[in-house]
Amino acid sequence: MSVTLVNITKIFTDQDDKSKEFTAVDSVNIEIKEGEMVTFLGPSGCGKTTTLRIISGFEKQTKGDVFIDGQLVNDLPANKRNSSMVFQSYAIFPHLTVEQNIGFGLELKGIKKSQIKNEVDAIMATMGLSALGSRQPSQLSGGQQQRVALARAIVTKPRVLLFDEPLSNLDAKLRDQMRTEIRRIQQQFGITSIYVTHDQAEAMTVSDRIMVMDKGRIQQLGTPFEIYSRPTNHFVADFIGRANFFKGMVKKIDTELTLEINQKEYRFPSFNKDVKVGKRATVVLRPEGLKIEKPNDQAFYNGVVQEAVYLGSTVEYQITVKGRTEPIVAISYNPVKEGLYRVGDQVGVSFDAVSAHVIS
Amino acid sequence: MKQRIISSWHDFIRLSKDPLLLGVILLLLISLVLFIIYPLYKVVVVSFQVDGSFSIKNFTDVMTYSNGYYLKALFNSLLMGVATAVLGTFIAYIFAYSLTRANIPGRKFFNLIATIPIISPPFIGALAVIMLFGRNGFVSATLLGMQNANVYGPRGLLFAQVLTFFPVAYITLRGVLESISPTLEDAAMDLGGNRFTIFRKVTLPLSIPGIASSMLVLFVESLADFGNPLVLAGAQFPILSVQAYLEITGMGNFAKGAALAFILLVPSVSAYLLQKYWVSKKQYVTVTGKPTQSSNDVVSPTARRLLFVVCCLIAAVIIMVYASIVWGAFAESWGNSSKLTVQNFVYVWRVGFESVLDTLAIAGLSTPLAGTIGMVIAFLVVRKRFWGRKFMEFSSLLSFALPGTVVGIGYILAFNQHPLYLTGTLLILLLNFIFRYLPVGVQGGVAVLKQIDPSIEEAAIDLGADSNKTFRKVTLPLMIPAFFSSLIFSFVRSMTAISAAIFLVSARWKLMTVQIMSQVESGRIGAAAAFSLILVAIILAAMAVIKLILRLKYHTTSSILSH
Ligand SMILES: Nc1ncnc2c1ncn2[C@@H]1O[C@H](COP(=O)(O)OP(=O)(O)O)[C@@H](O)[C@H]1O
Ligand SMILES: [Mg+2]
Repeated sequence: MSVTLVNITKIFTDQDDKSKEFTAVDSVNIEIKEGEMVTFLGPSGCGKTTTLRIISGFEKQTKGDVFIDGQLVNDLPANKRNSSMVFQSYAIFPHLTVEQNIGFGLELKGIKKSQIKNEVDAIMATMGLSALGSRQPSQLSGGQQQRVALARAIVTKPRVLLFDEPLSNLDAKLRDQMRTEIRRIQQQFGITSIYVTHDQAEAMTVSDRIMVMDKGRIQQLGTPFEIYSRPTNHFVADFIGRANFFKGMVKKIDTELTLEINQKEYRFPSFNKDVKVGKRATVVLRPEGLKIEKPNDQAFYNGVVQEAVYLGSTVEYQITVKGRTEPIVAISYNPVKEGLYRVGDQVGVSFDAVSAHVIS
Repeated sequence: MKQRIISSWHDFIRLSKDPLLLGVILLLLISLVLFIIYPLYKVVVVSFQVDGSFSIKNFTDVMTYSNGYYLKALFNSLLMGVATAVLGTFIAYIFAYSLTRANIPGRKFFNLIATIPIISPPFIGALAVIMLFGRNGFVSATLLGMQNANVYGPRGLLFAQVLTFFPVAYITLRGVLESISPTLEDAAMDLGGNRFTIFRKVTLPLSIPGIASSMLVLFVESLADFGNPLVLAGAQFPILSVQAYLEITGMGNFAKGAALAFILLVPSVSAYLLQKYWVSKKQYVTVTGKPTQSSNDVVSPTARRLLFVVCCLIAAVIIMVYASIVWGAFAESWGNSSKLTVQNFVYVWRVGFESVLDTLAIAGLSTPLAGTIGMVIAFLVVRKRFWGRKFMEFSSLLSFALPGTVVGIGYILAFNQHPLYLTGTLLILLLNFIFRYLPVGVQGGVAVLKQIDPSIEEAAIDLGADSNKTFRKVTLPLMIPAFFSSLIFSFVRSMTAISAAIFLVSARWKLMTVQIMSQVESGRIGAAAAFSLILVAIILAAMAVIKLILRLKYHTTSSILSH
């Protein structure tokens, strides 16, 4: 039950002015393996939903091919694709009870009433909905509606499960709870799943792999670890987590990479093939990869603490440095051991080369 | 242009994968062309043709006919249109303002009274004017002792038209006033405005688009009115719709009748387009479901008392009108004898029973069809992309703008030759009613659908439903309240229709309204009143049945009277 997108492009034309065009999805290629859960992550308007709707068949791509299980489904309408969508708005049928909602897809398949009842009961038990079978949708809380939508989508045993920002209408606590539950059920049933979100924490927790998108294009495709620690470009580094960027000149590439920053040379691990000798490159340093100490000549930078937010287990510093417009953001864990600095203190900033990452 | 063609072609290819959908769309487009556009086209063609070639002779003929008699009719029609629009809107505004803003007592009662005229045939006003102010009128002769009081002419007609159409204005304005949040007035008061200033600077400006809209609608309604002027206008005060009718049925002059119809069409359609594409876009606040009750006191106690008295007066007039109909139905001889009798009903039973059955059959058949087609069109227009979508929406709503007289003339011109020879059949009446009363269903359905998240239907498709199943199992059930509202509306309209239908009735298929008119014309006022009462009783009974079904089967309520 793999899903493969080959060169998927979607161009929207304006309904009123047909000469106005807009490329919402641009040459997307991805192969999603059986049982895998892949997240499409990106800012609002980057084309995630459109890509998902192309897979479900609600939207027809302008160019490219969609394969489900190796079968070309370009011309298969949405109702024949055997993919199930969990909508952002849940899209619960307001005129049907919880049971009727969940059994809707089975009924369409012409399955016997008694069997529908069994399957619906079973899924309701799995989802903790057993007591709610005869309720009207209007009598459900947001979290319950979400479960009904999920139950309705998986009871038909779809080949692919599609989620479009399924948690965005829930409050923060319920959101955390539901995302682990979604992941649990996805793994329990082993359904190939695609999950659309603009929330990186959500993407990190539910995915096997993340596809980061911007302006309709894939920016990076990789595991949560790769995306966070080895971003391929400035956009990904900036969008996922927080990052400090330092520009420099590439001096030498051997097993490692030598970069001149601020008239000093540093050695970094080399992962990015786009980085070339004699060209400019950028070092990405996450706040937790930086160390705050007393000012000293060996320090990467020396500066002044502009802001210090003490959170108990961590302290978050913003440090202003001469010659940089952006302050450096650093997080110090275990402040009891590493010492606490106050606003106005002179400090040195150093880093650990293994946690640094160079992009072109 | 090329882009457009390519994209339309893609739409078509996509649709052709769903043959049922494509079939329904094609069938509807063809029907709309055939039963709405084609009759109009015939009116235009016939009016602009003499001996088979283009000519404006028909127009110069009618304009110079009998020292400009028809020119006078045009002028009178426009005059009545403007007068009814201004007066009707003014009264409706006072009424709506009192009920939504002034917190006067008895609001439910006033609301009910104001909406009664909607369910009665449009010539009830005319009938009442004769009974109250005519030669034997209760007010004129009995109370004031006038002899030979003459109600035929502009004043009597204005009274009848304002009475008939003011509810339409009232419902429009009530919607607009309810949608103005009282917090705006609160805010203005907070800023130190006195009550009258608040009305002048906040409430009134915000309701201007609604007022404009109401005036244009009343103007169109008054121009299209046929029943009232046929009874009340008289030869001294010719009215265009009646003259077009007489030209055709009286003199058999189709070309001149068509020319008059065309002249009538121009101001109607202009006002409608102005309303639809300009005024309605200026509305500041869209009417949302929840009306906000004003809890503040933007109206001073004195003003409230004054408004209450005015509302009582308006209500008294309406009640007097209906009381006179009831009384007249049971009176032995209106104005001459006050003895009560049921002889009018016996007479009506004898001469009119057949027409009652015919009317019920026609309304009973056309109503569910109009309602269903209306819902399907609303669904297609809101949810599907196809070539001809804009046309489908426009043409299905166009009937709002078309005076019945024009449609009636169009139908007899369009369907009097093979292969579409329908004159005198049940079918022509059915088709006319279905396509004339389509707009309410379309409008109501569109409003409902725009509120339903499209992903609800997508969810059904996603679970394996095709477009037919999705519509039947998901969309239609959600549209039920709008559907039943449109059923009530089209039933009421079918039962009370006259302007177009009067051209289409035959010896075999009779309508109650047309029978009532002929009773009025032959001076049998009591019989006409009795007949009208039966008509209203049937409508009320049908409404009760429809509401009962809705309550028992779908657990919802719906009403055209209370939104
Ligand atoms: N039916 C449509 N017609 C025109 N433009 C559209 C349509 N659907 C989406 N878009 C545009 O395509 C872009 C991507 O939309 P979408 O896929 O919904 O973004 P995301 O889900 O990543 O927020 C947006 O700029 C949006 O405005
Ligand atoms: Mg989206």
